[in-house]
Amino acid sequence: MIYSPQIALALLLIIPLIAAVIIPLVGKNENMREGVTLIAGAALLANVIMLIVHVGQGNRPELLLVPFQGPLELKFVLEPLGAVFAGIASSLWIVNSLFTIGYMRGNNEKKQTRFYTFVAIAIAGAMGIAASGNLITLFFFYEALTVSTFPLVTHKGDAAARRGGRIYLGVLMATSLGLLLPAIIATYYFAGTTDFAVGGLFDGAIDVKTAGIILTLFAFGIGKAALMPVHPWLPNAMVAPTPVSSLLHAVAVVKAGVFTMLKVVLYVFGADLVQQTGAGTMLAYVAAFTIVAASVIALRKDNLKARLAYSTVSQLSYITLGAMLAAPAALMGAGLQIVMHAWGKITLFMCAGAIYTAAHRTNISQLNGLGRTMPWVFGAFLIGSASIIGLPPMGGSWPKYFLLVGALDSGKAVLMGALIISSVLNIAYLIPVGIRGFLLAPDDAEADAHIKQPIWVVIPPVITACGAFVLFFFAGDIVEYLRPVLPEGAML
Amino acid sequence: MLSAILSPEWIVREAPVALIVLPLMMAVITAILPRERLAWLVVMGTTIACSVLSFIVLREVLANGVVDYALGGWEPPLGIALHVDGLNAPILFLISVIGALCTLYAMRSVTAEVEPKKRPPFYAAFLVSFAGLLGMVITGDAFNVFVFLEVSSISTYVLVAMGSSRDRRALNSAYNYLILGSIGATFFVIGLGFLFMETGTLNMIDIAATLKAAGGGSRVVQVAFAFIVVGLGLKLAMFPLHLWLPGAYAYSPSYVTAFLAATATKAALYLLLRFVFTIFDPSADFIISSLTWLLAVLGVVGMFAASLQAIFQNDARRLLAFSSVAQIGYMLLGIGMGTALGLTAGYTHLLGHAMTKGALFLCLGAVWYRYGITRVSELNGLMKTMPLTATAMIIAGLSLIGVPGTIGFISKWALLTAAADNGWWWAVGAIVATSILALIYIGRMLEAILLQEPPKIDGETVARNEAPLTMLIPMWTLALACIYFGINSAWPIELAGRAAAVLGGGL
Amino acid sequence: MLTMIAEHFNYGVVIILMMTGLYVVFASDNMVKKLVGLSVFQTSVFLLYITMGKVRGGVPPIIEPTGDGGHEPVASAGHGEAAISHASEQASHGAEHAAQAGDHAVQAAEILYSNPLPHVLILTAIVVGVATLAVGLALVVRVREVYGTIEEAEIDAINYAFDLEGYNPEGEIR
Repeated sequence: MIYSPQIALALLLIIPLIAAVIIPLVGKNENMREGVTLIAGAALLANVIMLIVHVGQGNRPELLLVPFQGPLELKFVLEPLGAVFAGIASSLWIVNSLFTIGYMRGNNEKKQTRFYTFVAIAIAGAMGIAASGNLITLFFFYEALTVSTFPLVTHKGDAAARRGGRIYLGVLMATSLGLLLPAIIATYYFAGTTDFAVGGLFDGAIDVKTAGIILTLFAFGIGKAALMPVHPWLPNAMVAPTPVSSLLHAVAVVKAGVFTMLKVVLYVFGADLVQQTGAGTMLAYVAAFTIVAASVIALRKDNLKARLAYSTVSQLSYITLGAMLAAPAALMGAGLQIVMHAWGKITLFMCAGAIYTAAHRTNISQLNGLGRTMPWVFGAFLIGSASIIGLPPMGGSWPKYFLLVGALDSGKAVLMGALIISSVLNIAYLIPVGIRGFLLAPDDAEADAHIKQPIWVVIPPVITACGAFVLFFFAGDIVEYLRPVLPEGAML
Repeated sequence: MLSAILSPEWIVREAPVALIVLPLMMAVITAILPRERLAWLVVMGTTIACSVLSFIVLREVLANGVVDYALGGWEPPLGIALHVDGLNAPILFLISVIGALCTLYAMRSVTAEVEPKKRPPFYAAFLVSFAGLLGMVITGDAFNVFVFLEVSSISTYVLVAMGSSRDRRALNSAYNYLILGSIGATFFVIGLGFLFMETGTLNMIDIAATLKAAGGGSRVVQVAFAFIVVGLGLKLAMFPLHLWLPGAYAYSPSYVTAFLAATATKAALYLLLRFVFTIFDPSADFIISSLTWLLAVLGVVGMFAASLQAIFQNDARRLLAFSSVAQIGYMLLGIGMGTALGLTAGYTHLLGHAMTKGALFLCLGAVWYRYGITRVSELNGLMKTMPLTATAMIIAGLSLIGVPGTIGFISKWALLTAAADNGWWWAVGAIVATSILALIYIGRMLEAILLQEPPKIDGETVARNEAPLTMLIPMWTLALACIYFGINSAWPIELAGRAAAVLGGGL
Repeated sequence: MLTMIAEHFNYGVVIILMMTGLYVVFASDNMVKKLVGLSVFQTSVFLLYITMGKVRGGVPPIIEPTGDGGHEPVASAGHGEAAISHASEQASHGAEHAAQAGDHAVQAAEILYSNPLPHVLILTAIVVGVATLAVGLALVVRVREVYGTIEEAEIDAINYAFDLEGYNPEGEIR
């Protein structure tokens, strides 16, 4: 067996799945179990980097998963967007695994082995989505991701977890079976194929009106993109332990949703067709509404994780907005937002987890003065916030910039307004958290003095915060990397 | 090497008739056996032998297209012929393999559900029912269908009634089944009578040829069609003729339930396909309009009505029984489209649903075997008390919803594309909407299994008590088949395509 | 009109029996009466089959021995086949034109046999009917033993009461 791009594609699935098999076998030995996760993460990352380089050279490696030709064939074709998504998911899996170790041990969570196993399976699902070569494969792994994250969401097993799990599975399954599947069927019926193709696969086979209907089905059917009103699963998924929220509900699952949205726009419809449909514009306004509305809701949440969850809903709609505008700059902004938001939001979630592990506090109103005891964590939180808001010199500033340019190009002043209002709201709901930590006097200084911070809940957010900063300087490389898949046009 | 042993010519030649004769003969022997273990062994051996035989027949059909056998050397149309082609060979294989799997399962389940002295006759009745199902699928003679239909039905009434030592409601369920089943069979035989009046023959091929020569539809043929469709509709539990089914599935022994759910309605559905498409002339106006306005519309109504009823059931087996009625609606919808795609889809769903529902009923039977429970609310914490059974149940449940990666998705995809191809967007909507209803009723079970804590007795949590191996093997075989064929769908789709080709091209 | 009724008298009886039987099955609450109705319903089918087997002017389908001896059955088999196919062809039209069919049949064959096939078929159906009745009655006996009644309404009431009583929302094992 010589290492080839095909094998590397297969390894995308095989590495996490092997980890998922080994972890339960060595589950008794904690160090072994976590070692397996980390080794698998490292191997996967190395593998993904090889693929990223390979794809960057203009190759599009293909792999047929099931030797059966026909509409239902499962196949992988990796392109730059998918390579970028795979890169984020695999790199953050490692960082998050370190955090998981600190969090799970620090909180004495039960059934940790099951936890690590299902995380590995979920990562396999995310990899499958990243590399999928047609809508069927994408749908297959999309559902696999839903099912495999269900046990993670309901990990605690209490009444709140049950309720959250029910909504999580109900909304995601109902939207995917009820809207996404018909959309895929319609695509297959009109286009005769579901294989992704640059510039779209309809090729004039449908009129603009039908395309609008199908696009709308896609937009709301991809529940993981959390466009309002199909967002309730995301806040409800916050009943899961924080490592799940940080990796899956800030990175893997939600990014899988918006990634699917981008893929549909770029490879199923093509940017031109989306621009022609009135539905695209309508959906862009829905996304803008989601951006503002979710920000307002976030502002009113005192629970830190709930606030972050609504912040995620809002930030995800930036990507949907960019996709639906379908202008080159907007699409580039959407692609960049996938990367930048992932690094920023995982930092915030890990900080929230660190605070919970060390001080057992979940509400923002309890955080007064805690930054003096936990300076690294609150420092990371501030950097992450800055990236999410889009303040230079943080990575998060680039996508906001591109999106504004895109909205400007499209001549839609309302959308620009929404983006600006949202940035202001972002400042309003994120910065006070850090401010409280550093500037206000602690409520109970004595209790704070006894706080012990496990080292592995502090280091990971600091790493990702650094990442969010460093990415500011590498944005140009990502732009160049994604350029081949985007339509020609003015970027800057 | 293996093929050399398996296919000496005489086995291949006599395999079709052996599929009927072997279980019937063994049934007589089983009935007089003194010991239940001995009886079980005979049934097990017979069902395995039939699985092998039906596989041989299936292989022959895949190689040569058609296998014909003239009973007693009397050539048709005078004699009774057995006729196997791409349409019924997979069903034969399905029935016999499911029969074998269920019998393996029965080794333990029957000891808990049937009184000791009744067990040998119980097994004998099972073999008769098994033979009847195989017979009604394999025969090429229309009246023979009626005979085997009744052979299997009468023995099934007995089998259902045997659930009475577990739940007395089995008795009046069996009685209702008997009344409705007999009415259905009688309707069927009336229809046959009219067909015979018109054509003067009972051989299926002959009837088809005569009807074709006569140019299709006189009034007598239309009457025959109506009686036959209603009769078979009762047998296959077509909505609204399904009233016997929930009781019969819910209260019979789990061995019988799983076998019936996976095979009996499927065999009746096969007969419907056989009669409507290959015996009658499907291009006749009255058949086309009844396909659309009767089968497809009733199918859709059944999908909604039965799924909604399933949501409100407390008893898990009744829930699944109503779900079966809904799933039959999907198959009828596929058939009602009348196109090659629709027929392929309906047939794929038939095969897939047999595996899925068989697995689910086997799992529920195992739960009853261990804990004596059947209510949805009592499945609480099953993931902790019976993890392997619960996992198989989850897999099959997902397949029932139609999650990708399971056979349920393959058939739903086929149905949806067929509906789109026909321009029936309302059917697309109906399939999607009922999938979500399925999500709700299966979701209720999944929630109890996965999220609730196991019940407590006297303050102690119920101990883990996994099902015995002989029960796990059958249910996992079917559950894994759901996944395997869900990922590698080449085989079921090819079989379904061949079946559709038979239906398109006449006998 | 009268001739039409007279010629289709058998069919009239069939329909009356069929509807009577079905009505009894659906209308009566008593399990035994339902079985009686079912039997009546099935009997109508027997009559239908026997009617269609009758060919006017036909004789019982028994081959007269010709004295050849041992090889006779082979020959008669072929003969029988011809007779049957003739007769059944006629029978097919007999449904609507029984009278003419009979006349044609007389001209068509030297010896006219009645079609024996429906009789054979219905013999099978009678056996099936008897078996069904037997199983049904056995079930009724068991129902009576268990429930103490054979009125369906009462049984349903008992089952319903049991359902309510047995319902246990806590999900504990009974």
